[in-house]
Amino acid sequence: MSDLLEQMTEKALRNNIPLSVQLDLTYRCNERCVHCYLDHEDHGEMTTADIKHLLDQMAEAGVFILTLSGGEIFLRKDFFEILEHARFERQFCVKLKTNAIMIHEREAARIRDIGVESVQISIYSHRPEVHDGITLVPGSLQRSLDAARFLKSQGLRVIFANVLMVHNSQDYRGVRALAAEMGVECTLDPTITPMMDGNRSVLSLGVHPDTLHEVFRDKALVGEVDEFCTIAAPGDENALSALPCSAGHTTCYVSPYGDVFPCVQFPLATGNVRTQRFLDIWRYSDRMNEVRSIRLKHLTTCSSCSHIAGCSRCPGLAFMEGNMRGPSSLDCEKSFARTGVPSANMLAKKGPSANLVQIRPNAAPEEVRQTGAIA
Amino acid sequence: MSRLYLARNPRVAARSLDGEMMIMSGRDSTLFTLNKTATILWQAADGTTPLDKIVEQKICAEYEVEPGEALKDAEALARDLASHGILQISEEPIVPENPAGGASR
Repeated sequence: MSDLLEQMTEKALRNNIPLSVQLDLTYRCNERCVHCYLDHEDHGEMTTADIKHLLDQMAEAGVFILTLSGGEIFLRKDFFEILEHARFERQFCVKLKTNAIMIHEREAARIRDIGVESVQISIYSHRPEVHDGITLVPGSLQRSLDAARFLKSQGLRVIFANVLMVHNSQDYRGVRALAAEMGVECTLDPTITPMMDGNRSVLSLGVHPDTLHEVFRDKALVGEVDEFCTIAAPGDENALSALPCSAGHTTCYVSPYGDVFPCVQFPLATGNVRTQRFLDIWRYSDRMNEVRSIRLKHLTTCSSCSHIAGCSRCPGLAFMEGNMRGPSSLDCEKSFARTGVPSANMLAKKGPSANLVQIRPNAAPEEVRQTGAIA
Repeated sequence: MSRLYLARNPRVAARSLDGEMMIMSGRDSTLFTLNKTATILWQAADGTTPLDKIVEQKICAEYEVEPGEALKDAEALARDLASHGILQISEEPIVPENPAGGASR
């Protein structure tokens, strides 16, 4: 983050402004990625008018960075109408997340004309048999790469998003080399997210801890390996008063059905923009304010963990594990793979299984169901 | 002396954050924040109001400055903002580039 953006984020935090919002326009998709956490059926997406009205409200609320994602955003027939409204009427800084297989020269030129900050494209491997094996769409790698070239030729900023899993654990170097050759950026994410209905079966696709261990020691990725793999010094009382992450503080997420969540990875419905004002949900939702009240020192187990200062703990993943103030086992595993030191949660776990929570959009607390256990 | 007209560049992203204008360049995603005078110019840059009128109505009315000096400073500032792709400047009124022609918040 640039210094100036950091300053603006601090200012947004002080003034309770949602500086950055991800809006998923649809959960429908033309790929069927094996690790995807979404239900691709359309259960009643917001209309064009709903979305424009929401964008107006978000601009009024101070939202600056708008990430349009899905599902596949180009499956919405009104996509360009929405994008034009966001840019020309409301001057958002727009980022797009897409598989790009519907982007050809004409669409790339139109995106350039409208102006977006970046286009992030999911690329799982440089090898078609691996990438297409994950998306389950033959020819999808070629189409995504063609699109990346069209976008790049228009002068747009393109980012490859590479999710690491068992299928492609050996391919991230190939993707990075391809990105470098094409002059585009590349990110790597080793996190597989449980499905929105609480189903954790997709987690079995996550890379083996040994692979993660190797990835965290790849100098090309992490820079100074010793520094990266050392436990950060424990913080003082001030450090423990820090926020766990930006979810609910300067960022939030809105689903295609209008449900507002603290983050795309934090399925705690806090209200719905079809029946409430966006800013009212942001400011006054009890659930949003509960998320907002949490500091590192409030975290059960984690506040006394040796990893507290440097852990990537995700409150949303912790919530999906049953407690937004509890540990996120996936992040414990990452901390362990990075440093070789088990987390407090790992040490405390002596076999008892954690209850999982099945989340449904805007479910009342009593509707939340206990469904299963970690194997 | 010819008149100068200003228009907001539709390629940039913009938002007022607690009174401070944030602008992200559409050219290279550089983030800028505008000071008070630059914010006044940005908000008044409708393509049709000449700079001398903006200075007279929005700057001299608010600050105790000598009009000639204020216009000279404002012109330099407008040219600087234009060099970063934030404003468009012309000696003729500027027709909005984008079809929607929206206003900034």
